Amino acid sequence: MNRRWPVFLLKNLVRMTLLVICISIVTFGLMKASPVDPLQANVGQAALGSMSQEQREKLEEYWGVNTSPVEQYLSWAGDFIRGDMGTSLLYRQPVTRVIAVKLSNSLFLMVMAWILSGILGFALGALAGMNQGRLVDKCIKGYCLVISSTPAFWLALLLLMVFAVWLGWFPIGLSVPIGVEASGVTLADRIYHAVLPALTLSITGISNIALHTREKMIEVMGSDYILFARMRGEKGLRLLRRYALRGVLLPAVTLHFASISEIFGGSVLVEQVFSYPGLGQAAVAAGLGSDMPLLMAITIVSALFVFGGNLAANILYGVIDPRIRRGGTAE
Amino acid sequence: MKVPVLKIEHMNISFTQYDRGMRQVELPTIRDLNVEVHEGEIVAVVGSSGSGKSLLAHGVMGVLPYNASMGGKIVYRGEELTADRIARLRGNEIVLVPQSLSYLNPFAKVGYQIRKGRKDAQTRQRLDDIFKRYDLKKEVEDLYPFELSGGMNRRVLIATAMIENPRLVIADEPTPGLDLKVAKRAMRHFRELADMGAAVLIITHDLELALETVDRIAVFYAGTTIEEAGVGDFEKEETLRHPYTKALWRAMPKNGFQFIPGSQPYVKNMPEGCPFMPRCGQCTEACRGQIPYKEIRGGRVRCLYAE
Repeated sequence: MNRRWPVFLLKNLVRMTLLVICISIVTFGLMKASPVDPLQANVGQAALGSMSQEQREKLEEYWGVNTSPVEQYLSWAGDFIRGDMGTSLLYRQPVTRVIAVKLSNSLFLMVMAWILSGILGFALGALAGMNQGRLVDKCIKGYCLVISSTPAFWLALLLLMVFAVWLGWFPIGLSVPIGVEASGVTLADRIYHAVLPALTLSITGISNIALHTREKMIEVMGSDYILFARMRGEKGLRLLRRYALRGVLLPAVTLHFASISEIFGGSVLVEQVFSYPGLGQAAVAAGLGSDMPLLMAITIVSALFVFGGNLAANILYGVIDPRIRRGGTAE
Repeated sequence: MKVPVLKIEHMNISFTQYDRGMRQVELPTIRDLNVEVHEGEIVAVVGSSGSGKSLLAHGVMGVLPYNASMGGKIVYRGEELTADRIARLRGNEIVLVPQSLSYLNPFAKVGYQIRKGRKDAQTRQRLDDIFKRYDLKKEVEDLYPFELSGGMNRRVLIATAMIENPRLVIADEPTPGLDLKVAKRAMRHFRELADMGAAVLIITHDLELALETVDRIAVFYAGTTIEEAGVGDFEKEETLRHPYTKALWRAMPKNGFQFIPGSQPYVKNMPEGCPFMPRCGQCTEACRGQIPYKEIRGGRVRCLYAE
């Protein structure tokens, strides 16, 4: 293994670089192709009409309307390589700072949702798989099918209506209480505000992992090696822990790391519904407001997270499955 | 006579299947199977591949799939082997040696699996002894099943039985696709188990190999045992009892390699009476009725005309 580590790292570094280059070009291209006129979107038709030619030219320069796209991209890329992600046109702050704030908000939300959906999804899937065909299984399967065909934003609205509006248990939106100074916000406040959005994300995340775990559990419980273990007198929890768990955990772990992308995607919609000032919401704002530097940076950061998730899945595969770990070195 | 360790009487195993649409059909895969094994003895149940022999093992071990039902009587050391009793005994007094490595957990090391996770000094010592006896290196303990070689995996699978104190060993097709040397060696290990006092039931399709090692043969045809004979009976065609067994004898390379046409009837269109009837030269109208399982010359046979 040790001998292979540098090769492995180098390979993935190259892959990651290529990914970032491709993604930045595509994002840039899409932005350029979008019909959103930065001036109209950010200044407004009325204000624009009352401006002098000089003022308009200044604004056009600020939003980079007249610079050629290639030139624009290259200058952005040059700065990016030097570690300068530019200044957000909307927030008028360095992009790094905007992202740091938004990301910490979002990460809080996503990590909560990711862990919750992972644990719950695996537990439900395992439970259903072990009781194949019984009522528990039917309920869990039904729930998963319903949820996986439910759009995340709709579910978000539903939860918002029930728990925030009717029952009043949770706040309607935002990540901190209104009218409180930043220094006065406690961790409890943050958790309180994150519960509903995190719940929405995990509820939708559960079904995928639960259904896959269920399927795998059924397969493993019907396998020869479980049959043999039973013939050797193993049963109940011991059978599950010692024999079935690894085989079931493997696809669940991979899937869950790969599902980071889905949680990222889902968070864009869910944050929008809950007015939660996270990365997803910033991405929407940047997209609609033609904030090129911010959008590029958010896209790349998200891509890196998803890439990291998939990479982690690959590495963990080797940790869990001896056939991959040892098979790789035996060549 | 001593009480047999395992005595199977009139065992029936059938499957419930859905035929076209929602119509349920019963598939009687094993019908009226009889066999017994004594202490220190090896009995081979010989039958062609795909004829449902493995079900016999699963039936005794109490791990039939949910859509299967079993009838008849299994007696273990003089007492009926109920579901509760086999659940208590399997894995210690009654063990099964599976047919391939796919019966081992691919995610756990071999040594750990043989020990069933037990870590006490006594079990470790036992494992060391077994490995020495089977000529397996200590390092094999730390291998995963996929890293074992063909010859090694036989010994590892038998080791899962040896680590217990088995009184009854059931081996399901223990020599599939092995070269003769390895197969013979595997059979020798079963002999050792029998010599240590265990009763061994081997389920196999390899009559020739079985004849070299075992004490008695039960011939399995179309879901039932049609003859039980001592190994000595297989020296001449005349000492055998059932026409199918005689046909098997003639099909062995050293006896002329002759085969008879036809194949075993499929469960769904099993004839009434003798299942061998369509391929038998001696059959008469009487063969369409019930065929008793009778004792002749120290063996048992299911044929009206056996002498």
